[in-house]
Amino acid sequence: MPTALLILVGFQLAGELAREAFGLPVPGPVIGMFLLAAALLIRARAAGGAAAPVPLRARQGPTTSLRIAAQMLISNMGLLFVPAGVGIVAELGMLQKEWLPIAAGIVGSTLLSIAVTGLVMHWILRAAHRPKHDAPVEALPGRAS
Amino acid sequence: MTEAIRNLWTPLATTPLVWLVVTLAAYVLGCALQRRCGGSPYASPVLSAVVVVGAVVLCTGTSYATYFAGAQFINFLLGPVTVALGVPLAENFTYVRRNIASIGPALLAGSLTAIVSGVGIVWLLGGSRGVALSMAPKAVTTPIAMAVSQQIGGVPALTAVFAILGGIVAAIMGEQMLARLQVADWRAHGLAAGVAGSGVAAAQVATRDELAAAFAALGIGLNGLLTALIVPLLARLWV
Repeated sequence: MPTALLILVGFQLAGELAREAFGLPVPGPVIGMFLLAAALLIRARAAGGAAAPVPLRARQGPTTSLRIAAQMLISNMGLLFVPAGVGIVAELGMLQKEWLPIAAGIVGSTLLSIAVTGLVMHWILRAAHRPKHDAPVEALPGRAS
Repeated sequence: MTEAIRNLWTPLATTPLVWLVVTLAAYVLGCALQRRCGGSPYASPVLSAVVVVGAVVLCTGTSYATYFAGAQFINFLLGPVTVALGVPLAENFTYVRRNIASIGPALLAGSLTAIVSGVGIVWLLGGSRGVALSMAPKAVTTPIAMAVSQQIGGVPALTAVFAILGGIVAAIMGEQMLARLQVADWRAHGLAAGVAGSGVAAAQVATRDELAAAFAALGIGLNGLLTALIVPLLARLWV
């Protein structure tokens, strides 16, 4: 567990340092996330040859304890938002005054984003499937569209 | 009786330990409440914990600074959990590579839609700049959303609440809406949930289909990265 914690905090520090050093507009922990993902992929590839990366879950050693720690943190992520969320008590006036743009913004942009993401993915998947099968899309098994 | 409670409470209220306990207890209760409600996304433990702790802080006349002195130990873990998101991202990388042609454009379109429409709707309805900026990163996973909000001059607490509420909206209405738009592919459902509703919506879609769960995880990770890159750049343009 200390190793896993060291890896997480170490990559966070590396992310913060990279942000400072290169003046990046991206938050340090996000850079740390990217660096960690890259490091894990490089490690998996080095272990499994140049071809397909070995699934990380099949590996032993620090990666296993890292997986456990990461999963534990991620599955309890909700708890970590509470302290900052309580900061909302200082913003109650703003919430009261601007409830309409806030409510409309949350609902409207969430639904628009779902629709756009889903539709674009749907169109591309359908376009990619068509040339391979001459049959009409409706006739393909497992495709209800 | 109230005198005795006050004598006991007054010295305790300023110790960090009390607020650590209150925060943890409220969250544990929130989780129990959600289990009672059959895992309904309406009963978000984060939301109920924020309401309960907020009420305790307000009713006891505690300043947010005093509360945060205790709660900062939990808050600190936001950084490590963001880094930890790199683990599932790396594990799902083969999915990304195999589906990059469909994921890439869908992610880009959905991410930009969430950012621009969120800021746009607030602006059109006469909302303030602070609220608009806090709305910009709200589609992504909360720790990243809060970090981005801080970076561009938004209010992280507002962003956290917007992100959670947006996730609840996505979890409740997402599947129905995509079905109405004739989108049946679970990969599209999963990605849309992850991109637009992050963790809350992903948890909901994960109960419906395994492939959708994998694509939701991808949507969360990739949109977190993309939004963290795009929003600060857009915010610089919008002076």
